[in-house]
Parts: sequence; structure tokens; C-alpha cells
Amino acid sequence: MSVLTGVLGRRAGRHGPALALGILPIAFLLVLFVYPVLRLLLFSVENGSLAHFEKALTDGLYVQVLLATFEIAIVVAVICLLLGYPVAYLLATASPFWAGFGFALLLLPFWTSVLVRTYAWMIILGRNGIFNRTLLELGIVDQPLALLHNTTGVLIGMVHVLLPYMVFPIYSIMKRVDMQLLSAAEGLGASSAQAFRRIYLPLTLPGVFAGMTLVFIISLGFFITPALLGGGRVMMIGVQVERLVRQYLDWSLAAAVAVILLAVALGVAAFFRRVLKGDLTWT
Amino acid sequence: MDVIRRRPMGAGRRPSPARWALIVYCTLVFVFLMLPLIVVFPISFSSAQSLQFPPPGYSLRWYKVYVNDPVWMAATWRSLHIALWTTVLSTVLGTLLAFSIVRGRYPGKGLVNQVATAPLIVPTIIYSIAVYGLFAGLKVIGNWQGIVLGHTVHALPFVVLIVGAALRTFDMAQEQAAEGLGASRLTAIRRVTLPQIRPALISAAFLAFISSFDELVIAMFLGGANVTLPKKMFDNIQLEIEPTVAAVSVLQIVLVTVVLMLAARFGSGARPVA
Repeated sequence: MSVLTGVLGRRAGRHGPALALGILPIAFLLVLFVYPVLRLLLFSVENGSLAHFEKALTDGLYVQVLLATFEIAIVVAVICLLLGYPVAYLLATASPFWAGFGFALLLLPFWTSVLVRTYAWMIILGRNGIFNRTLLELGIVDQPLALLHNTTGVLIGMVHVLLPYMVFPIYSIMKRVDMQLLSAAEGLGASSAQAFRRIYLPLTLPGVFAGMTLVFIISLGFFITPALLGGGRVMMIGVQVERLVRQYLDWSLAAAVAVILLAVALGVAAFFRRVLKGDLTWT
Repeated sequence: MDVIRRRPMGAGRRPSPARWALIVYCTLVFVFLMLPLIVVFPISFSSAQSLQFPPPGYSLRWYKVYVNDPVWMAATWRSLHIALWTTVLSTVLGTLLAFSIVRGRYPGKGLVNQVATAPLIVPTIIYSIAVYGLFAGLKVIGNWQGIVLGHTVHALPFVVLIVGAALRTFDMAQEQAAEGLGASRLTAIRRVTLPQIRPALISAAFLAFISSFDELVIAMFLGGANVTLPKKMFDNIQLEIEPTVAAVSVLQIVLVTVVLMLAARFGSGARPVA
């Protein structure tokens, strides 16, 4: 320890203990997280060639998968915003009892296994599923709707998983908004709608950006939901990477795709931090 | 003074039509959120041979199938075992790391902070194949210890964020007072600081447990033939949708509910961050 603190700290005597506490977990993360991820990423430039990147970025199949993944991630983020913003607003303005109740309804699905939820959606959305049965019996449709093994099913499943990630950051920003500003605006002659649009919405925009960023980034790496609800027909990067490694044993191409995925995720996170001046921890 | 009157919306006042519209809209969203969790209950008690809704009758047959199947049971015990070890390891390591990040003032701390939360940003599928590549080279695929290590990396950021948030709001003066009264640094932390951040520690431990118990992708790559409960469910779902998985799902939902209630009662809540 003395060697390390001597090297790293100018005032090692005071700050040595804090660093020493961290040494074990930092070493753990270096060996079991940083090292394997860097090792994987280096596979992509095996033999110093960029051929795998070229393939990933020009081969029609991979370009299609990349674009489809970005498209799904954007659509999921927008739907989550449309569903999540009003929910966050309701929770932020409800009495403590109802806010607690609403949070329970948000946290229970949040912590329930993605697998359990995906399985349930298969029961609900299938051709003979609960949803189609109900629609047929009510005579709303003549033919069962195709909701499973296509993009619709994947979108429903992903929105269900990611909605809380939208609500949490928007909610915590909303809790900081001084509601007297709205009263003041209305007192000065603004309608409720104007006060909302000109004051409340701009003030809560940082939460919206945080939620959108979070949902978009997490969407990019989705695997379980597209694998099961997409039925092999909806190709997302995560599914493709798994296939490359397990079926084709093509580590270099998988690594190149992983690098692209990571670069986009980190790029979006950096844009959010620098340009939008946001904070991705949700406190 | 009408202008600066504070209006706590929805508190004791008659909701406006706009508020009613909001409540109806949000109720629909909450129904959407809860629907999948509710649906598996009637399915799991079905007496039908295959998946039918509504079930023709009710029985415990799928629970019996689950309990009497040695493969399901082995997968369940394996997952519990792995989740318990992950809980211990990630809570201890995450708490140490949170102390180091919140209290320390050493060069490179910003980097340490970023590495500590990076597993949240790096997609699980990428981390899974990365650690799979490493462990395959070491010939440790199929060892439960390997899954514990992978799950600990996965759970660590949650622990660091939850415990770190509690440490930031902790009043350092108390610890210094204890030291001033003659306690050693370690005693002060053990007797003064840790008891006060205990709710955060409890929440972090519970959430680490759930995150491991539910985790599929890392376990799928590292588990080999030794399948965990989520992997066994995944295999069954891909093969054929039959109600055993519904029975297991119900048990998982009940487990999560109990854990969340414990976290809310004895911990600092179940929100992923403060």
C-alpha cells in the first residue's frame, strides 16, 4: 500500500486509507470487467486489419441490423417519453400516499425478471393469445392481429422493460421544480396550458434528456426481448452478436460489431453530458 | 394573495377535468405495466394440458411438475446459491468502493468512479461475450464461481450508487466526534457510520440478490451445461410455451414482492438510486 500511495498521492498520508479501501474492488473490476472487455474489443483489429469493421459497416446484413437497432431504440425512447412524462408528472404532484402507491406499481415490474415479463407478453400477444381472443370475441377484429414475432411485439416488450428508466429521471427533476412559478405565471395572466408549455416543460427538459439518453442506450444492447418476442425475425445488434459468437464462432466480427455498438452508446452518453450538460445518475 | 398561493395539486382539492384526464391516462399506463405480472397467475393454476386462457379449471399440477422435476430444482438451487454469493461479494466490494469514491481525494478518482458505473453502460450482451471469451480460455465455463464473478460485476454499480448516495448525505461530523472521543477510525466507522447507512446497505444487498437471481445472459454464456433458473426458463420458452414456466414466474414475482417489501421496510427503498 505504501508504495502505491507514494506513487499516486501527494498527500498520501491523509488519502491513503480511502485509496486502500478501494484497491480490492478496483482490482476486481480491472481483472473481471476492464480486461475482458478490452480484450474483446482488441479482437476486432486482429492482425492490425480493419477488415472486420469494413464488413460490419458495408455488408448489407449488418448495416441493416445496425440501422434497425437504432430505429427501434429511437421509437422505444419516444414511446417511453409519451407514456412516462405524464406518469412522472402525476407521481410528482400526487399526495405522498398515492405517489408511494404509484411507485410500487412501477418498481414491482421493474424488478421482476425480464424473462418472466417477456414470457407473459408471449401469452398475451400470441395468435391465440389473451389479447387476440378478447378482440375476436368482442367482434372488434375478424382476424387475429399479428402482435408476436414481429417488430410490434418487440416494441411492446421493450417499452415495458424501459418505461421506469424514463420515469425515474423525469420524476426527480420534476420534484425540484418550484410550483409557485406556475402560480405566478397564471397570476400574471397565462393560461394553465401556457404556463405548462412556457415554464414547466422547459424546466423539466433535463429530465427528459436524461430519460431519453438512458432508454436509447439500454435499448441498443437488448437481447432477451428481441430474441423471444421477435421470433428470429427482428434482428437487433444484441441478437446478432450472440449468434456470431455461439453459432459462427466469428469473434472478430462480433468484436467489431460490439465496438460500433459501444462507440454509439458512449457517444450518445458523451453528447448528453457535454452538450446537454446532463447527469446520468438519477438522483 | 391569489398570485402566490401555493397549489399542492391533487391534495384535497377537487381534481380539474385535465387532472382527471391525466389520471385516466396514467391508470392505463399502470395497467400496461402490471398486466404481464397479473396474467401469469391464472395460467399457472391451470388444469389444462397446454396453455389455455381462460383455464378450463384450476389445479396445482404445474407447481407439482416444477417441484418434482430434478432439473428445475437443481436450476433453482444453483440460482439461489449463486445469488447469495453474489449478494455477499458485491455488497462488500461495492461498499468499499463507495467509501473510497465518496471519501477519497486521490488522483484518478474520477476514472475509478467511471469504471465503477461503466457496467451499467456497457450492454450486458457485450460484457457476457467478453467474459465468456476470457473464461473459455481459462477453461472455467460451467463453474458456478465464474457466474458469481460475472454477476458481481453486474450488481456492483447498483451497490456503489445506493451506498454512495447514503454516504454523501451522512454527516461526517459524527464520525469525527467519535474519533475525538477516543474511538479509532475503524471503530468510528463500524459503530457510528455503518449503523446509519444500514438501510442503504440492506437495499443494496436485496437488489444485488434480485439482479443475480433474475440474470440470464451472463449465466447463459458462463453456465455451460449447468443451467441456472433463468436459463432453464429461457430454454423451455424457446421450446414450447407450457404452463410450468408460469408457475415458476408466479413464484419469482412473489419472491420479488417480498424482497421489495423487506427493502422498503428495513432498507432505504427499492428505487435503483436514492
